[in-house]
Amino acid sequence: MAFLSIDNVSHQYFTKMNYTKALQSISLSVEEGQFISFIGPSGCGKSTLLSIIAGIITPTEGSVRVNNTTVQRPSVSIGYMLQQDYLFPWKTIVDNVLLGPHIKGTLTNGLQQLAIQSLTEIGLEDVLHAYPSQLSGGMRQRAALVRTLMTDPHILLLDEPFSALDYQTKLKLEDLVSNTLKQFNKTSILVTHDIGEAIAMSDKIYLFSASPGSVFSSFHVPENLQQLTPFEARQHHDFPALFQHIWEELNSLESSTNR
Amino acid sequence: MNHQQTDNQRFEQYKKQAKKEKRSILMWQVIIFIAFFSIWEIISRLHWIDPLIFSSPTNIVQLLVDKMVDQTIFIHLQVTVLETIIGFLLGTILGILLASLLWWSPKLSRISDPYLVILNAMPKVALGPIIIVALGPGYASIIAMGAFISIIITTIVVYTAFQNVDENYLKVLASFGASRYQSFKEAVLPASFTTIISTFKVNVGLSWVGVIVGEFLVSQKGLGYLIIYGFQVFDFTLVLASLLLIAICAAIMYQLVERLERRLMN
Repeated sequence: MAFLSIDNVSHQYFTKMNYTKALQSISLSVEEGQFISFIGPSGCGKSTLLSIIAGIITPTEGSVRVNNTTVQRPSVSIGYMLQQDYLFPWKTIVDNVLLGPHIKGTLTNGLQQLAIQSLTEIGLEDVLHAYPSQLSGGMRQRAALVRTLMTDPHILLLDEPFSALDYQTKLKLEDLVSNTLKQFNKTSILVTHDIGEAIAMSDKIYLFSASPGSVFSSFHVPENLQQLTPFEARQHHDFPALFQHIWEELNSLESSTNR
Repeated sequence: MNHQQTDNQRFEQYKKQAKKEKRSILMWQVIIFIAFFSIWEIISRLHWIDPLIFSSPTNIVQLLVDKMVDQTIFIHLQVTVLETIIGFLLGTILGILLASLLWWSPKLSRISDPYLVILNAMPKVALGPIIIVALGPGYASIIAMGAFISIIITTIVVYTAFQNVDENYLKVLASFGASRYQSFKEAVLPASFTTIISTFKVNVGLSWVGVIVGEFLVSQKGLGYLIIYGFQVFDFTLVLASLLLIAICAAIMYQLVERLERRLMN
């Protein structure tokens, strides 16, 4: 039995006038410690699927199971990182990082020490008691990563976490996130528009087609690329071939929907 | 070295210019103040305007000094200021509580929407006679008017701020399994803080309107009472003196709220 299994999930959004089918019969499974990516055109329901896995949205059909338990409401075993950091501007960095334990009422001195230690390891020791507005975009997203890891989730959902950053910061953070997640053996799902990012970071890539969102095809990233850091993977000579392959699939997908 | 010098000189020049500008503005404010009161005084003494109706600054100051010496003014001042403060606090706090309730229950918010629109559009002081009949001709009625005038608009403004809080903050909290109360306390309330503070400033002014109109309608004490009394006995020096006191007190309260705002913002 897979660690995370998505079983025949469909979801509809209702408005006054009509309804839209955001997801159509999605079934896939993820092994523990695996890093997978969802790519696809906008409006293909990737973010909706993440919200369903996180338990924030209940799907109209089907179910999501983690460790054989059906996900029904948000739980700390699933961490969620959004497009922007969404650090709370009125809380200091340390308080932001400790938000999860604070909400759960499990805040202890030990956790506080752990938060300070984690922030120090990630290079934020000088801004522990600063407010988010005083930090650069990259620093903020690093703090958001620590916040997500603080509740020790088994699964990490990354909803385009690098899309709002400049290219250099993005490359550095990809390496950092990838290393951190591998180190703690986290199962991760990344939603991205960036084919290169998907190849560099993941073990398996799912390509979604839009309206209604469904899995169009999937790609295995070769073992030798998986072993490398995202930055090294981008330099590897196997990288362009896979990029080309996915690029063509994505294009064929667009031309078939346009017809 | 040379560059440094000219840069410093320019900075000095800039500072001097800014100081000069500031002094000039203050000077004009003082000139307008002095001119207004001296012209008023002069044309009143020359009988270009009727001193019985428009009085004069010296008469007003004389009256205020007399009333301070025999201490009769303080009871009126105290009554009105207290009524206004209580009315302001009640209106603001109840408004915020109502807004919280509407945020808590979206269904309630949708049900009450047309009623809020009507209540907001209606001139609240028109309800004065009914409030007085319901609560009796006393302080309670006047405080109620001071509160009622600001309660609905506070509810609407603060509720709108609650609704405009970025969904993603709530999503972050939801991913940690936060309850609705926790979402409110951790994200909705602090994010709306700026709006809440700005309603304080508006409500100070509104509460003065409510209380003074309330005192017009029914009262034995207070600055609004003095205005109506002065009007009835045709003592316009008393009317204008009361008006001056109201202006001073309202300005002080506004300044206090503004200072509170600055402290809370930091």
